[in-house]
Amino acid sequence: MNEVLAELSKVSVTLNDRLIVDQVSLSIKRGDIITIIGPNGAGKTTLIKTILGIQKATSGSISLQSGLVIGYVPQTLNLETTLPLSVERFMALSGCDRKGCQQALARTGVAHLSAASVHHLSGGEKQRLLLARALARQPGLLVLDEPAQGVDINGQAALYDLVRQLRDELNCGVIMISHDLHLVMAATDKVICLNQHVCCSGFPEDISHDPAFIETFGTAVAESLAVYHHHHNHRHDLHGNVIGDGSAIDGALKKGALDDAKAAPTCSGHHHD
Amino acid sequence: MIDSILDDFFWRALIGGLGVALVAGPLGCFVVWRRLAYFGDTLAHSALLGIALSFVIQVPINVGVIITCLGLALALVLFSRNKTLATDTLLGILAHSALAIGLVTLSFMPSVRMDLTGLLFGDLLAMSRGDLWWIYGGAATILCLLALLWRGLLMSTIHEELARVEGVPVERLRLALILMFAIVIAVAMKIVGVLLITALLIIPAATARRLARTPEQMVAMAMLFGFIAVTGGLALSWELDTPAGPSVVVTAFSCFLLISAVGGKQRA
Repeated sequence: MNEVLAELSKVSVTLNDRLIVDQVSLSIKRGDIITIIGPNGAGKTTLIKTILGIQKATSGSISLQSGLVIGYVPQTLNLETTLPLSVERFMALSGCDRKGCQQALARTGVAHLSAASVHHLSGGEKQRLLLARALARQPGLLVLDEPAQGVDINGQAALYDLVRQLRDELNCGVIMISHDLHLVMAATDKVICLNQHVCCSGFPEDISHDPAFIETFGTAVAESLAVYHHHHNHRHDLHGNVIGDGSAIDGALKKGALDDAKAAPTCSGHHHD
Repeated sequence: MIDSILDDFFWRALIGGLGVALVAGPLGCFVVWRRLAYFGDTLAHSALLGIALSFVIQVPINVGVIITCLGLALALVLFSRNKTLATDTLLGILAHSALAIGLVTLSFMPSVRMDLTGLLFGDLLAMSRGDLWWIYGGAATILCLLALLWRGLLMSTIHEELARVEGVPVERLRLALILMFAIVIAVAMKIVGVLLITALLIIPAATARRLARTPEQMVAMAMLFGFIAVTGGLALSWELDTPAGPSVVVTAFSCFLLISAVGGKQRA
């Protein structure tokens, strides 16, 4: 169960004399969902491209389990409209047979679109198509670069939920990049906060207490995640009214951070809804 | 029978032209899909330099052109690593410099009698049996390569990074595509001339886009529109004594306008 799929050891990447990724070590095990968060320009995309082998590491080593099949869901599918392409055909190009393609499309909920042109899909449909394509390869490791981009808020939660289900079904490892802190906290096993180097990492409920996390994202974000415990001596209702002394629930909050993040409005007066 | 047909220069031109259209169709689709119109133009412009080179190193003209196109493609890759200039600027510099250097070099070779207009705009009358061998040999090579590499080429055109992750040898395929461009330029030069080769590549493909629902349909239709352009253009040239290359391009453009007008909106 705990076999290591990918192991990075002190990986650094320098592009145009700029250090983008600084001595990152991490290991991805089967069954893990690891989420990389971090500010813009933190090297998140570069780091996963290094894992994918698209970007060469300047130093350090990356070892992948031999025979590991990687399913990659890129940030967006920007297709040239000059190339006529149906969903079905795009799937078939993965080398997967017709039945496998149909199953994968059905699993991500876009089977009804198989005859449609890829150019006519919405943002959410494109992401689901890309996920289906990764799925069709029966991956041991799923790599997702901001899978919820261009997807509305309900769709985002559903998408992360789907990723979690797929992890269970395929028994694969998952590593993804995300900006949707609330949703990430709910859907992930381990969070890596990247800012060139790994500034902190751990379980979602621990990481938001980490001074390095707060320094990177600011207190506002930490507070909006409803897990920065120093400020939680009271709670807000949906209208921002204080609804009681939080000292009793402070401990519960820390433990229940996962649930809390899902039920976002309960404790997030500064939340951006 | 075949022999007597090949004795007639009009039939030789037609058969040669159809052979070129056969490969210009699929390669033209890649030019359109990958936005390589400028790149194709640059390679084609270097063909004159290739002709000069072929006299210097004593090889057949087609070989000289292929070598020069490959050399230029390599130069482009090297130059584009240094990202201080935009690609279109770089292509503009190389395209016109290659053409100018080719013209200057040829002027230094008074012993070489070349019909410059024929080279620049195509020469119907000059189609020899040897040219036909080159055209069909080149076409067979390109079609075989395309058939073998089709899935990888298509995948790396659609999404290069996804293709890489799935183990498609993206870099090698790009080289193969450049090699195919070099071949098609070397053989199409006879029909439309170096200045108009890109038109023969992109106009039939762009026309096909309106009607096609799959990449393969687009390729087949681009071939068909290429056939129409070559046949119509040569007929025009024969009847009205117009230059062959421009006549072919004018016919292709007419098809494009017609399909754009009646074809309605893009389908897929």
